[in-house]
Amino acid sequence: MTENVDTTLAPKRVRPPSNWLSRLFESKQLGWIALALAVAIPFINATPYVLNVLTTAAIFVLLASGLNIVVGYCGLLDLGYIAFMAVGAYTAGIVSKAFELPLLFTVPVVLVMTILAGLIIGAPTLRLRSDYLAIVTLGFGEITRITANNLAITGGPSGIFGIPGILKIGDFDFQQPAVFYFVTVFVVAGMVLAAARLGKSRLGRAWRFVREDEDAAEAMGIHTYKVKLLAYIFGAIWGGIGGVLFAGHFSAVAPQSFIFLQSALVLMAVVLGGMGNTRGVVLGALVISLLPELLRDLAEYRYLAFGILLVIVMVFRPQGFWPARGYEPERVPTGDKEPAVAGGTK
Amino acid sequence: MSAVLEVKDLQIAFGGVKAVDGLSFDVHAKQIVAVIGPNGAGKTSAFNCITGFYKPTAGSVLLNGNAITGKRPADIAAAGVSRTFQNLRLFPDLTVLDNVRAGMHLYGGQSWADAIFHTPRFKRSEAWYTEEAHRWLDFVGYTGPRGVPIRNLAYGQQKQVEIARALARKSDLLLLDEPAAGLNYSEKQRLLELCNRIRELGTAIVLIEHDMGLVMEVSERVVVMNFGKEIAEGTPAQVKANPAVIEAYLGRDEDEEVPHGDA
Amino acid sequence: MMQLIWDGLFVGSFYALIALGYSMVYGIIKLLNFAHGDLYMLGAFIAFAVLSSLGGIPASLSIGALLVVLLLSMLLTGTAGVLIERFAYRPLRGAPRLAVLITAVGVSFSLEYGVAALAGPNPKAFPIRLEGEVFNLIGARVSLPQIVLMIIAGLLMIGLNSYIHNTSTGRAMRSIALDRNASLLMGINVNSVIARTFFIGSALAGAAGVMAGAYYGKIDFLMGFIIGLKAFTAAVIGGIGNIKGAMLGGLVLGFVEAFGAQWFGGQWRDVFAFAVLILFLTLRPTGILGERVTERV
Repeated sequence: MTENVDTTLAPKRVRPPSNWLSRLFESKQLGWIALALAVAIPFINATPYVLNVLTTAAIFVLLASGLNIVVGYCGLLDLGYIAFMAVGAYTAGIVSKAFELPLLFTVPVVLVMTILAGLIIGAPTLRLRSDYLAIVTLGFGEITRITANNLAITGGPSGIFGIPGILKIGDFDFQQPAVFYFVTVFVVAGMVLAAARLGKSRLGRAWRFVREDEDAAEAMGIHTYKVKLLAYIFGAIWGGIGGVLFAGHFSAVAPQSFIFLQSALVLMAVVLGGMGNTRGVVLGALVISLLPELLRDLAEYRYLAFGILLVIVMVFRPQGFWPARGYEPERVPTGDKEPAVAGGTK
Repeated sequence: MSAVLEVKDLQIAFGGVKAVDGLSFDVHAKQIVAVIGPNGAGKTSAFNCITGFYKPTAGSVLLNGNAITGKRPADIAAAGVSRTFQNLRLFPDLTVLDNVRAGMHLYGGQSWADAIFHTPRFKRSEAWYTEEAHRWLDFVGYTGPRGVPIRNLAYGQQKQVEIARALARKSDLLLLDEPAAGLNYSEKQRLLELCNRIRELGTAIVLIEHDMGLVMEVSERVVVMNFGKEIAEGTPAQVKANPAVIEAYLGRDEDEEVPHGDA
Repeated sequence: MMQLIWDGLFVGSFYALIALGYSMVYGIIKLLNFAHGDLYMLGAFIAFAVLSSLGGIPASLSIGALLVVLLLSMLLTGTAGVLIERFAYRPLRGAPRLAVLITAVGVSFSLEYGVAALAGPNPKAFPIRLEGEVFNLIGARVSLPQIVLMIIAGLLMIGLNSYIHNTSTGRAMRSIALDRNASLLMGINVNSVIARTFFIGSALAGAAGVMAGAYYGKIDFLMGFIIGLKAFTAAVIGGIGNIKGAMLGGLVLGFVEAFGAQWFGGQWRDVFAFAVLILFLTLRPTGILGERVTERV
């Protein structure tokens, strides 16, 4: 019945990265290399177009790393994730315009509002089965957009424009495109790192336990509902901060930026990159947001291509192109803490 | 000595079917109680009631004198009950160590803020998690790889890890649902010896088991169920000699052989 | 008041027709076919392509032509549904729910932007526009096309119902819904029955798409998105997996929307519908006609 043969085979699967490319991808310094590249680009090419594309891509990376908490770590499919960004962007825009505050100072209010949004969406729905949850989040996403489209405070279909800049100290305006890009890159880098660290903590493990088997997690004393709600709240915060950056970048917010297509694109970044693996997700987000800029001629077909790619990936490589590494260092059991196996070792 | 677990007149019905119908027994610290009975007798349903996965229709469950009847599984686990499942319920994509860390989840010692800022407290906590997980794997005599996803491992190894995970919870009561199913002879011997060592930790054990040899050898008392009802309770020797038990296992046919110890 | 009831009934019968497919597929393989609404869109565009290639059609023939095109479109949409099942969903049978759902999102995307790439992203005028006089029926303004479309929808639903209850395929569908493995052991060709289910569900969605095109006169590649969500809502209200429930749910949603739009204003119509969905899912996820399912550990 049991094949002990497997014992000898299994350790071999922990293979050291073979070629230089995978060594680079697995290396601990990869994050620093990526950050250095992101900072270096404006010194090579700082046209408004490039800065615009890069800033947008960085915000997209932030969204993807936030959605990765919900979908990748916790296994909850959120099809309306962009709604959290909408809440963040609108809150930032409305508050900063009403009180003539720099956007930076709206962050506390944004945090409160997005956490509230996460609770409102999560609390009633997180007890649902996963496929129902997906549809309900989609519904919430649409509700958010339609509401923004119809309320006076959100400016209706034309939205809010003329949002004050992110910060101004004396004569130095952080809103200048290059400076704003650097601000965005550092915020995004910090948040991506934070998300990755959360994933490797006690809470991150609890998310994975829930993803893998809710009943077993409950049996270990984990309140699955609370844990899922926390995933939602963290996801919402990441989305909300993305919203602040969005409002700062475009100095305008309008409902059509928050259509389902946007939620789907963020989801694709997460899924194609590799659910649960921060590096994969960041790469996925960069590809999804930058590829269309590089292949302008194929713009018509890009969504079609994304859709087909999504199906192909799910059928042939459901863990994504760059899956989470399922391994950790072994330790040869020393057996000095406990009397090893008293009589039964082979 | 007061009982760790007291089950009183436990009942659960699905539709019209009474899966458990008036089960009562108690378990004391350092005691091993076996629940036996033919397939479909309601043993696993009883476990699910005790651990909160089913809400019992009637009756009560007390842990160390406190009622835990009908509470959420997570609350019951936190109160001091841990379990294994009849068909392994591990976290297949996670490593062996992570699976064991699940059992230690309640002994956190770190918050999410610690994790984001990698505080010294976080590092201490993570080191503790790893060390403790290794310790429990050593304790159950697990010799396989530890850093690999558990889905790659042999069945017997997975069973060991599941027990390690339940032990890592350091609960007062451990419920084992058919721990010997699918194990070979030497693995069963190790399981028997492991049960005795768990008892030495001060943990009370309730086990559902079909392997009569194991049951007779390891348990102080045996509860026999059939069709949801408790038909006998006593020491292994008493139960073995009980006519109702013999009938439940072998039917009423007079020509049948008298059962021997390890059916 | 009567007007609201009539409007609700009319829109509701569309929802019901699409919800049926949603519910059938869900009932049988527990798959939430996210792309179902897009099959509705595909049906409309197939009809559009067929009609455009035929050239102009005199208005006097429009109902007859519509019926022919309707059947053709149902056939092709149904085939598309079968192909989608074969190549996207079947390989994932038994895979985690998350993977299947994501695949469904991918299929939905492929259909939407595939059509957009072929037919262009701008809305198209449907070549046939059903027109007819409006008359008063016990206080509601009713038009002839509405009546024709409702009769078609009604016939399709009645046909489906008798198919499921009176044929061996229908029996096979019901048995797979209960227990796929047991059905397999009983010698039912599970794959072929599931393919047939997809065919029927997709064909019905396609029919609804053609009818919507003919009624509203305008189609676009995203027309299936909201309606798919609404159809899911209808299926949930009735009790997902339950055929009669889907019909009932469609009608209920139609009424709820008609009245909601009246009270809160038309722009809140969709918000109202989704709020109903969320309420139902949280308070009574089994819907009006659904049975309580005890999940066992």
